[in-house]
Amino acid sequence: MPVTTIAGRDIHVDDEGFLTVYDEWDDDLAKRLAAQIGVDLTEAHWKAIRFLREDYPSQGETATLRRVSVIGGIPTKDLFTLFPKKPAKKMAYIAGLPKPHGCV
Amino acid sequence: MVKPRERFIPDGVNLVYGEVDRVEPDGNEVLLADGRRLLYDDLVIATGVEPRPDQTPGMLDGGQWRESIFDFYTYDGAVALAKALLDFDGGRLVVHIVDMPIKCPVAPLEFTFLADAYFRGRGMRDRVEIVYATPLPGAFTKPIASKHLGSMLDERKISVETDFLVERVDGTTLVSYDEREINFDLLVTVPLNMGADYIARSGLGNELNLVPVDKHTLLSKACPNIFALGDASDIPASKAGSVAHFSVEVFTDNFVRYARGEPMTGRFDGHANCFVESGAGKGLLIDFNYDTEPLPGRYPIPGIGPFSLLKETAINHWGKLAFRWMYWNLLLPGRPIPLPAHMSMAGKHTDKPTEE
Repeated sequence: MPVTTIAGRDIHVDDEGFLTVYDEWDDDLAKRLAAQIGVDLTEAHWKAIRFLREDYPSQGETATLRRVSVIGGIPTKDLFTLFPKKPAKKMAYIAGLPKPHGCV
Repeated sequence: MVKPRERFIPDGVNLVYGEVDRVEPDGNEVLLADGRRLLYDDLVIATGVEPRPDQTPGMLDGGQWRESIFDFYTYDGAVALAKALLDFDGGRLVVHIVDMPIKCPVAPLEFTFLADAYFRGRGMRDRVEIVYATPLPGAFTKPIASKHLGSMLDERKISVETDFLVERVDGTTLVSYDEREINFDLLVTVPLNMGADYIARSGLGNELNLVPVDKHTLLSKACPNIFALGDASDIPASKAGSVAHFSVEVFTDNFVRYARGEPMTGRFDGHANCFVESGAGKGLLIDFNYDTEPLPGRYPIPGIGPFSLLKETAINHWGKLAFRWMYWNLLLPGRPIPLPAHMSMAGKHTDKPTEE
């Protein structure tokens, strides 16, 4: 499992750079991760990121776009505007969660 | 094609027909729509998923349903599509998946390969443009199989539109959330798959009316006396018959222990095993689980086969045909089949060292 250094801290990530340890994440790190993929975090972004963070421990899986929309109350259209092209992947990356497996 | 259900129900089982209104987990009872109440000690939910074209605006209600928009996971849909294909005289055929999970994730690919072969057979392939539109980043969910299956699409001159999450259907145009548009003359779509509505009414489901369960034991995360089998659960596996079959083998032994008050020792590994018909009398086979993606190799006997994994062969196609007999005579009546429930790494080729 690779370890990378972000903001002077050692962070465990997978081959694609997704964090693998839930508790290594914090707001400061989220900003760094967002910047790396060209996303400037606004309050609307944070709402989605916080939903993902809060949902993960009970579900054991990163929420799908449909879950963020139905349970989190953020329309899918907005997610595509906030995190262009690949919202599910980008949100998970910034939230420090595993890449959502588009199921199997 | 049609066989009476009673023939497959063993003696000693009371088969009740009825529509479920809801489950009351606190009272341990199932309420039927006609007012009957069925009390239970333990409840096994196996009501599957169903295609829901009503969930995509403009799909069912845009005037094109069963005119130029078809599905094939329902009997009516398949019959209507067969006629539409016969009448199709060229243009753009779009094969489309609304969202995952779907029943049998290889089926839309299979349909695409078979449509290609069908139009070739009719000598009109040059008049048909085939587009495969998927919400996934590639042809399939897992990287190695996605590469193999993606190159099979390339060879057949089928273009793939990836990361395409449909927002609505406008007449004969698919429109995605990121405002891409795909026009079609004939659309073969896989609508959103959802669990039964009574699951939602009973407060037992997630956003797709699937029952959240432990992925190894299939026991509900919310209720200690409810299990969900087959497509009805939220396990991160294919909604495929093979997954239901292999998981039930683990479940039945577990359930006996559970009923005795003993710990459940069996752990389902997400094993799936799917034939993929590729046209012209050939097929592929894939074999995988929660942790291991489909890999090339031989199956079920390592090194020998007779089936080849992730490779087009005529023997795989014959295997698929033989499976029809196996389904009715072995699988459905619950007779043992000579295939282990757990996936094996033996016979699979991998670049990385993997644990058995």
